[in-house]
Amino acid sequence: MAEDYGIPGSGRATLWAGAVLVVVVLLIALFGPLLTPYDPTTLRLEQRLETPSLAHPLGLDELGRDILSRMVYGARISVGVGLSVVILAGLLGTLLGAISGYAGGRVDTVLMRLTDVFLAFPGILLAIALVAVLGPALRHVVLALVVIGWVGYARLVRGQVLQIKEQEFVTAAQAAGVRAPRIVLRHILPNVLPTLLVQASLGMAGAILAEASLSFLGLGIQPPTPSWGAMINAGRSHLLDAPHLALFPGIAILLTVMGLNFLGDGLVDLINPRRRRSGEPRED
Amino acid sequence: MTDYVIRRLAQTLPIALLVATLVFSLIHMIPGDPVEMMLGEGAQRSEVENLRHELGLDRPLIQQYGSFLGGLVKGDLGSSLHFGEPVTRILARHYPATLELAFASMLVALAISLPLGILAAFHRDGPIDHASRFFSLLGVSIPNFWLGPMLILVFSIQLNLFPVSGRSGLASLVLPSITLGTALAGLLTRMIRSSLAEELHKPYLATAQAKGLSRRLAVVRHALKNASIPVVTIVGLQFGALLTGAIITETIFAWPGLGRLIIQSIRLRDYPLVQGGILAIALTYLLLNLVTDVVYAYLDPRIRLR
Repeated sequence: MAEDYGIPGSGRATLWAGAVLVVVVLLIALFGPLLTPYDPTTLRLEQRLETPSLAHPLGLDELGRDILSRMVYGARISVGVGLSVVILAGLLGTLLGAISGYAGGRVDTVLMRLTDVFLAFPGILLAIALVAVLGPALRHVVLALVVIGWVGYARLVRGQVLQIKEQEFVTAAQAAGVRAPRIVLRHILPNVLPTLLVQASLGMAGAILAEASLSFLGLGIQPPTPSWGAMINAGRSHLLDAPHLALFPGIAILLTVMGLNFLGDGLVDLINPRRRRSGEPRED
Repeated sequence: MTDYVIRRLAQTLPIALLVATLVFSLIHMIPGDPVEMMLGEGAQRSEVENLRHELGLDRPLIQQYGSFLGGLVKGDLGSSLHFGEPVTRILARHYPATLELAFASMLVALAISLPLGILAAFHRDGPIDHASRFFSLLGVSIPNFWLGPMLILVFSIQLNLFPVSGRSGLASLVLPSITLGTALAGLLTRMIRSSLAEELHKPYLATAQAKGLSRRLAVVRHALKNASIPVVTIVGLQFGALLTGAIITETIFAWPGLGRLIIQSIRLRDYPLVQGGILAIALTYLLLNLVTDVVYAYLDPRIRLR
């Protein structure tokens, strides 16, 4: 079973497929607006709901706006929210998780009970609740997703720190008189990084999906700013006469989220080739 | 076993209290005056003061908190601003529809993931395994708020097989439960595959076969049973997640459950009802986690001795 010791074919394929999809979406978000011929908010009421044509490859929406242009700008929102949430939740979660795991004792107990409370809300329920009271706005969406997102990183980092801090190189550093923050930063966290990367990739997929869900429910990004989730919601009332309104933004979300999930999944195999062999479940 | 149940209950109650506290504080996170927010612009001064008094928001915070918790214990969550009815009565009316949807979605998820996961485990790294891996990643990536409308487009509008929306018999349950169950099917396929694949390599299977049991019987009697333990946990935990997923699915299909009720009350700024709905889902989820843990401990004696 020699092949079991490397990444098996399907693992490598998912990694590459994921990486390519993610890079394409990032490029569209970064440079797309330079290439779109139309403004995403220009109304053409006399041409509303027009089907795809050469001039408008993905057609026009219920107010006659160019769907392709709106999707390209929508990519900025999705990627922007995804990255902000991953960075903020990742930093907060890593900090608290590292403190919890390294300090142990009462600090650990208090912090872990705190994560229990946040984990007591399934999925995006707490985010929906927060945005419902704070009001629909981009910054509230990011805030709400960070509030529900940090817990995953905290739990993950804590678990890893608990394992790593028992290893000899950490004991050696402690014996040499290195101070705790330096041990965590220089010796422990670099070892947690690969696992964090997987979590970040899967977490960004979750954040993009959550933002789109909130916007779909009318609790997220507000019009006229283009958001994929809101575009699908608007398209729902035109399933009969203009199904392209809901179709294309959905494909965009699907490909983006799938890319990130593929990437995360492929990274797990890269970091831990044993998983495929032993069939270890994914920690997520 | 009783010790374990008591221990888990003792862990759950403080969390339930903190969850209730967080839900209580929601109303105080509203920027500005929550009462003016609920009544909207142009409300009379007297109306604002009346409602403030009615909701008890003119009392000291600690008193408000006390009566919120006291009410919660007695099953009194105040009255809906829009419907003028007790919140708990409205919740009770919508709860069964959500449970029904969640159960049906769980069935859909299991019907897809059990055969697929088991086949993938037996044919590891073969075409079936790769296809199941692709399906499970696709399943967890597909936005349910897109899948729902697309299913409506194909199966209701074009093929006219199922109703577009509402809750009227079994046919109306099909599309919503596929919409809600697909992501879970993806997750479970993965779990079942890896859980069973792990068991298939364990020495006890060789022992069973050495004692004369056929491979098939050894797998069915021993491996499947052991592999089901982690799957039971995931099924329990994910049932709670279905309750949240139901918020979107119910909105798409106008399914008269808790999720749609929450979104409607957010639009109506009926905050007591929003609080009640969120609390109902969160507490159900906590309870499900507790039950799952107890079942898990029952199935796997190593857990309860820890």
